[in-house]
Amino acid sequence: MTALTLPPALQDVEPVRSIVVPAGLRYRFTAGQATSRFLRGIATKRILGERCPACGKVYVPPRGSCPADGIPTTDQVELPHQGTVTTFCVVNLQFYGQAMEVPYVCATVLIDGADIGLFGLVQEIPFDQVRMGLRVEAVWVEDDQLAPTFESVRWWRPTGEPDAPYDSYREHV
Amino acid sequence: MPDLARDVAVIAFAQSHHARRVEGQNEVEMLMPVLAAVKAQAGLDQRSIDFTCSGSSDYLAGAAFSFVGTLDGVGAWPPITESHVEMDGAWALYEAWVKIQTGDADTALVYSYGKSSPGALRDVLSRQLDPYYLAPLWPDSVALAALQARACLDAGVTTAEEMARIAARSRRAAASNPYAQLQGSDDPEVLLKEPELASPLRRHDCPPITDGAAAVILAAGDRARELADRPAWIRGIDHRVDAHQLGARDLTDSPSCRRAAAAAGVADGPVDLAELHAPFTHQEVIVRRALGLGEDVVVNPSGGPLAANPMMAAGLLRIGEAAQRIGRGEADRAVAHATSGPCLQQNLVCVLEGE
Repeated sequence: MTALTLPPALQDVEPVRSIVVPAGLRYRFTAGQATSRFLRGIATKRILGERCPACGKVYVPPRGSCPADGIPTTDQVELPHQGTVTTFCVVNLQFYGQAMEVPYVCATVLIDGADIGLFGLVQEIPFDQVRMGLRVEAVWVEDDQLAPTFESVRWWRPTGEPDAPYDSYREHV
Repeated sequence: MPDLARDVAVIAFAQSHHARRVEGQNEVEMLMPVLAAVKAQAGLDQRSIDFTCSGSSDYLAGAAFSFVGTLDGVGAWPPITESHVEMDGAWALYEAWVKIQTGDADTALVYSYGKSSPGALRDVLSRQLDPYYLAPLWPDSVALAALQARACLDAGVTTAEEMARIAARSRRAAASNPYAQLQGSDDPEVLLKEPELASPLRRHDCPPITDGAAAVILAAGDRARELADRPAWIRGIDHRVDAHQLGARDLTDSPSCRRAAAAAGVADGPVDLAELHAPFTHQEVIVRRALGLGEDVVVNPSGGPLAANPMMAAGLLRIGEAAQRIGRGEADRAVAHATSGPCLQQNLVCVLEGE
């Protein structure tokens, strides 16, 4: 760094090496029409996906477009509350704000009839028994706590069915 | 402008119905009809478009990498060649034009969009200022434009009366633009009786806050002639930037705009019309002078940014509007201008011609 020659009045002043300037902005987020339909469905304990009219894929939660074809998803599809774990991870680290006791399992669940997995917790099974292909079902919050948020699905638990064959979800891993 | 390797033209243009708040739709839902319209106009689907480039800002959306979400509206499968600028779409068009010049593409889709409604735009825009001296003070965008307007009035560059005439002329012109947000105006004398919003600016001197989107398709040479009846050829395009620090600039002038105009060859022929991205009334005077436009040049027949100012799209709109008028045979040679940053900090100038 080049040495500065300061005017006499500033020569005994401590130099400013850095400043901290907190900045915050508030936004009113718009989920969008398709995601709003999904969230309103969740508040009534229904899982609503949307189908692309071109390729037929069903997206959940829908964002309003088919990312492959670039066109609006128009058809709503009510999906069952069962699916298959396609991939998962065991969380062993405690961190600030964590709601769950470690270890616990986060997983991607491919709902039957959907073409994209969604994120959820897997509970009611020892963490070291969760596996790819595990069949699971949604566990909802109490009816009076249902709200337009995906937290209305508390977690996913095993259905007891035999594991789904790998070929049934290999496109989604 | 030096000889260009390839002739490139605007062959299609579409825009959204601009509004203060696009209710209920997320960005991709707002954008999709515009993308569909521009592709239909060009008769191209995404697979026959060689390059895609977009312009938007995470600061408007309040989310990181927000442009990735709107790519869902493009149809990016099989994988496309794609780029993005965190700038107005006019600069995305510049990147696409360069891409075509390199010979790597013959056609390009350019789009941009901005929903200003989720945040407080005047504060959001203060985040583009230098982070040490100006941004911590949160000077808002209208206040900075007002300082510039005051400097212009003091220097005799313009008058409050001329500014009111620009406002009235712009919003009256917008009456014939079905996409404009503000249409029609009181007489300038009536406007001047309104109180000042940020001295010396009155409400009519300021652009509306707008949610909106725009899209353009470019094509080279014979491909353009094949796809459009009257392509609007880009005869020159250039962009320049003035100092970031506002205190280092003469705010009554726009040297970057003048240099871009010279490089783009604005003075090489007569100009029928100009679409100027001058969001505040006094800025039209500065830009007009910097471009060297005569009194006979029709300015902003679309209404310009005083009638609809979707951030990140309003510059691309100027190129689209000018190209559309050439395509319809209403003009033979037009100048489109785009700006970005506070007080006309960055400027892009594009000269368009019909054949």
